[in-house]
Amino acid sequence: MRTLVFAEHDNQHLKGETAKVVGAAQALNAPVDVLVAGYNLEAVVAEAKKLSYVERVLVADAAEYSAQLAENLALLVHSLSGEYSHVLAPATTTGKNFLPRVAALCDVPQLSDVIAIESSDTFVRPIYAGNAIATVQSSAIKHILTVRASAFDAIEHNGNADVVVIDSVFISENSSFISAELTESERPELTAASVVVSGGRGMQNGENFALLEGVADKLNGAIGASRAAVDAGFVPNDMQVGQTGKIIAPDLYIAVGISGAIQHLAGMKESKIIVAINKDEEAPIFQVADYGLVGDLFEILPELEKSL
Amino acid sequence: MKVLVPIKRVVDYNVKIKVNNEQTAVDLNNVKMSMNPFCEIAVEEAIRLKETGAVSEVVVVSIGSSEVVEQLRTALALGADRAIHINSFEQLDSLDVAKVLKYVVEKESPDVVILGKQAIDSDNNQTGQMLGALTGMSQATFASKVFFQDGGLHVTREVDGGLQTLALKLPAIVTTDLRLNEPRYATLPNIMKAKRKPLESLDIADVGVTPHSSLTVIKVSPPTQRKAGIKVDNVAELIDKLKNEAKVIA
Ligand SMILES: Cc1cc2nc3c(=O)[nH]c(=O)nc-3n(C[C@H](O)[C@H](O)[C@H](O)COP(=O)(O)OP(=O)(O)OC[C@H]3O[C@@H](n4cnc5c(N)ncnc54)[C@H](O)[C@@H]3O)c2cc1C
Ligand SMILES: Nc1ncnc2c1ncn2[C@@H]1O[C@H](COP(=O)(O)O)[C@@H](O)[C@H]1O
Repeated sequence: MRTLVFAEHDNQHLKGETAKVVGAAQALNAPVDVLVAGYNLEAVVAEAKKLSYVERVLVADAAEYSAQLAENLALLVHSLSGEYSHVLAPATTTGKNFLPRVAALCDVPQLSDVIAIESSDTFVRPIYAGNAIATVQSSAIKHILTVRASAFDAIEHNGNADVVVIDSVFISENSSFISAELTESERPELTAASVVVSGGRGMQNGENFALLEGVADKLNGAIGASRAAVDAGFVPNDMQVGQTGKIIAPDLYIAVGISGAIQHLAGMKESKIIVAINKDEEAPIFQVADYGLVGDLFEILPELEKSL
Repeated sequence: MKVLVPIKRVVDYNVKIKVNNEQTAVDLNNVKMSMNPFCEIAVEEAIRLKETGAVSEVVVVSIGSSEVVEQLRTALALGADRAIHINSFEQLDSLDVAKVLKYVVEKESPDVVILGKQAIDSDNNQTGQMLGALTGMSQATFASKVFFQDGGLHVTREVDGGLQTLALKLPAIVTTDLRLNEPRYATLPNIMKAKRKPLESLDIADVGVTPHSSLTVIKVSPPTQRKAGIKVDNVAELIDKLKNEAKVIA
């Protein structure tokens, strides 16, 4: 038994999800290798080497991997998979995009969004937007899992893994990268922040999100949104929290002008403390909020910013 | 050009589901079923591509018991031309679904296959990607924009950091995200017309796939419920609670 963990990074920095997936992999009681695939990876590899518990960092450094295209990554991971009983990737858009291809190439099913590992063949995952929790046993020859990073603690960073260079490069001619429009922000990332302030349809427009920024600035928080706020064009898609957006579990989640639909709750109900600010005292969000404040957000937010 | 759209019948997204008393499954008795919302978006996109004139035929396919015919008829009423029902009583995992779809792809030779990014019951988010691996077709998941360009497809994808645009060679697989389009509703005359559109039925045994999932669900439990907390009267009280009771801010 040996575990391969796919590292999440942007070719410059290792993302926090990676240490959490290694944390999850610990429960398998088997040696762990981390695969870093991308382009110009010196800095990422230096960070990955430090992950505790990891024996080897496999490095696939080639221009073909820089945009993390699913076809190329899947062929690469499949070519390495022979040695591994478990292949894990974070349930990010990168992991969700390529890992099912690996599973199909290995002719085994995949388990998505695993939140607990009970043994080397038994895994726990939410279904129906987290309204039911399934415990699933697998008799497959290999276990391929995407892991919900927010459900696990990060491994420490005091290791010194060996580096193994992977020379073979896999290229698929089928798809090619054209462009990326990435959101630049000085704020902590939504999935890494300990405080998240989210706005919904009640914010009325994108300009009003400045009111949330004022509060987030005071708390070093990230900003999130409901689907309704994203669909209406108030903020970009990468801010959506929920069943089909980002799934987060910060220490403090402040939901402002969000009604609390099950699809939204699926993305934030594991937060340690939930605060809801809503003018409708019947809004379902209050059923999960530790502290509810009924009132007009346009009065409450400026006061909150001033008092913090 | 031909577009194939696989659709799944699932619990309606408005239903608040419950786990059965035996904690073995979700209770689906007398629960409203609908087309998976991401599949509705896939059907809509296929129809819009047809309306631009670039596509000549939209074929929909669903794998499941005879009840899925209801969702196939809905897709026909929305504007699909033809439907295929592949009869299967067993619960299939996404890999088996992808294997059946591979058969349909080989039979129909579509230029584009548009699937939902995820079924809202299993929340798997796997089938399109698996079909890509099994057929060797190019893939763009989580699409928010799709158009034909230079003999292929350009797809803008919603990714964690923002947006990414890819060029795909045909035949290509696309999975839909929420903002690709807003699906239309079926009109009564179109619902009537859909009854006369062709619907072919096959058995899963006919397509050469024997479902044998290596996954066994050993337990389904309700999630730990959060208890509603308290209402605070004003901002000062909220800050006091966060500092001194919850201790989440300094
Ligand atoms: C397949 C599918 C997937 C989905 N995925 C997601 C997802 O990932 N994430 C997600 O969030 N949703 C998702 N949804 C959508 C979800 O069902 C809801 O429609 C959405 O969450 C509603 O957003 P909202 O709470 O901002 O808007 P609304 O439900 O319209 O709520 C707005 C709230 O603002 C309050 N308000 C208005 N004005 C003020 C004011 N001045 N002061 C204080 N409060 C005010 C109102 O009382 C109301 O409660 C999905 C839906 C489907 C079908
Ligand atoms: N039984 C099925 N029949 C037809 N299409 C399906 C079926 N199951 C899944 N799909 C397709 O695959 C998509 C993703 O499903 P999943 O990977 O299971 O989350 C769905 O939105 C459908 O387009």
